Amino acid sequence: MDYSDLIERLLNNEPRAAARLITIVENDITAAEEIINSIYKYTGNAYILGVTGAPGSGKSTFISTLTKILVEQGKKLGIICVDPTSPLTGGALLGDRIRMKEHFTLNNLFIRSMANRGQLGGLARATEDVIKILDVYGCDIVIVETVGVGQSEVDIFKSAQTVAVLLQPEVGDDIQAIKAGIMEITDIFVVNKMDLPGTDRKVAEISQMLELESSFKYDSDDFSKEFTKIRKWTPEIVKVNSKTGENFDIFLEIVDHHKNFLKETGIIESYEKNRIKNETLQILKHKLAKKVEKLISSNSEIEKYINLVMDKSLDPYSMANLIIKLLGIE
Amino acid sequence: MPEGRKIKVLVCKPGLDGHDRGAKVLARALRDAGMEVIYTGIHNTPEDIVNTVIQEDPDVVMLSMLSGAHNAICPVIMEKLKENGINDVLVAVGGIIPDEDKPFLEKHGLKGFHGPGTELKTIIEFVKNNLKR
Repeated sequence: MDYSDLIERLLNNEPRAAARLITIVENDITAAEEIINSIYKYTGNAYILGVTGAPGSGKSTFISTLTKILVEQGKKLGIICVDPTSPLTGGALLGDRIRMKEHFTLNNLFIRSMANRGQLGGLARATEDVIKILDVYGCDIVIVETVGVGQSEVDIFKSAQTVAVLLQPEVGDDIQAIKAGIMEITDIFVVNKMDLPGTDRKVAEISQMLELESSFKYDSDDFSKEFTKIRKWTPEIVKVNSKTGENFDIFLEIVDHHKNFLKETGIIESYEKNRIKNETLQILKHKLAKKVEKLISSNSEIEKYINLVMDKSLDPYSMANLIIKLLGIE
Repeated sequence: MPEGRKIKVLVCKPGLDGHDRGAKVLARALRDAGMEVIYTGIHNTPEDIVNTVIQEDPDVVMLSMLSGAHNAICPVIMEKLKENGINDVLVAVGGIIPDEDKPFLEKHGLKGFHGPGTELKTIIEFVKNNLKR
């Protein structure tokens, strides 16, 4: 199919065209390839802010308040809200918009809900592509709200330049705070609902954890290491009230600070390289998986191997190696 | 419909009507039928709804109305959709819609009119069979 008309309209900042292109990249990976191929050269202008945290920590309300401030500052904003797909029915209920209702008619704002369609990691397969479309659509900032996550849904770290993790008082003891995963990818810890008791204790817990972390800090200058970004930046903590907007000025200051930090240290460049590497790896995995599935369902050799494994004269690892040979990608 | 495509539905409560039990039940039923459902909450203006349609690009918009304001609000929504060049979205209204109002709403391009007591599977079938794209 020819998408040049839609793409031209996207370049003219037409919201309908952006919306339709997003639908296409969500539904059809072959079309996504074609579209990204044509628009990639126009990307790279938007700043990507990831917002993640446990279900109920207030991500949507936080983003809603942030939206109001940023749009008032004259920024053009894109928001992607990812919600989970039911593993049983394949359906999804996307409810993040409810909490952003007061902004529905703002001109400089484009909100899009996405179902994760079974993808682990807190995002949907097409999220990267949707970010690119909103980037080309002219958004200054794209905010990505992940699925309400547990402790290891860390994909947002590969897509966003700054990752804010929302926590709330009186939930989770201090052991939770030193577990690996989500706490390690964080640039800014936001303790939401600061009007509730226990806020300062939460802040203290996090800062204790960070102190522990910094004593183990790597002093490697090897920027190619995937986790260098967080080892070089000491995460900041801020407590906010998303209902009243209290301390959002401090949060935005920290975001600016982090943005400048990435630029001044040159980390942004290694970050970009890593992002490209990760994204390509994802695409390769997807493409190869398709190839393997096709091979397994159509090649007569496979049946023979399976029988051999059943006879215990072959094991699954060796069978996998034989399949790799069949694919010719050893 | 290409492989991997999901039916995307917007469930809205237009106007000053806060009774959204029906809308929520409907949203869940459509979700369980494998669709991606966005519920926009109560008190939506026609502008809210049309803007959301522009951004979310759904296949179906389902308006739940119990307030009696359907004759005033629905045509405005249809008009604004048209102004924005949106003509491939199925727009259905349900809730409390008296029989005598249906021809008027139909003339404005609305469909559905499912009222209390309708089986959920009837509505699911209706959605699947009336998609415009």
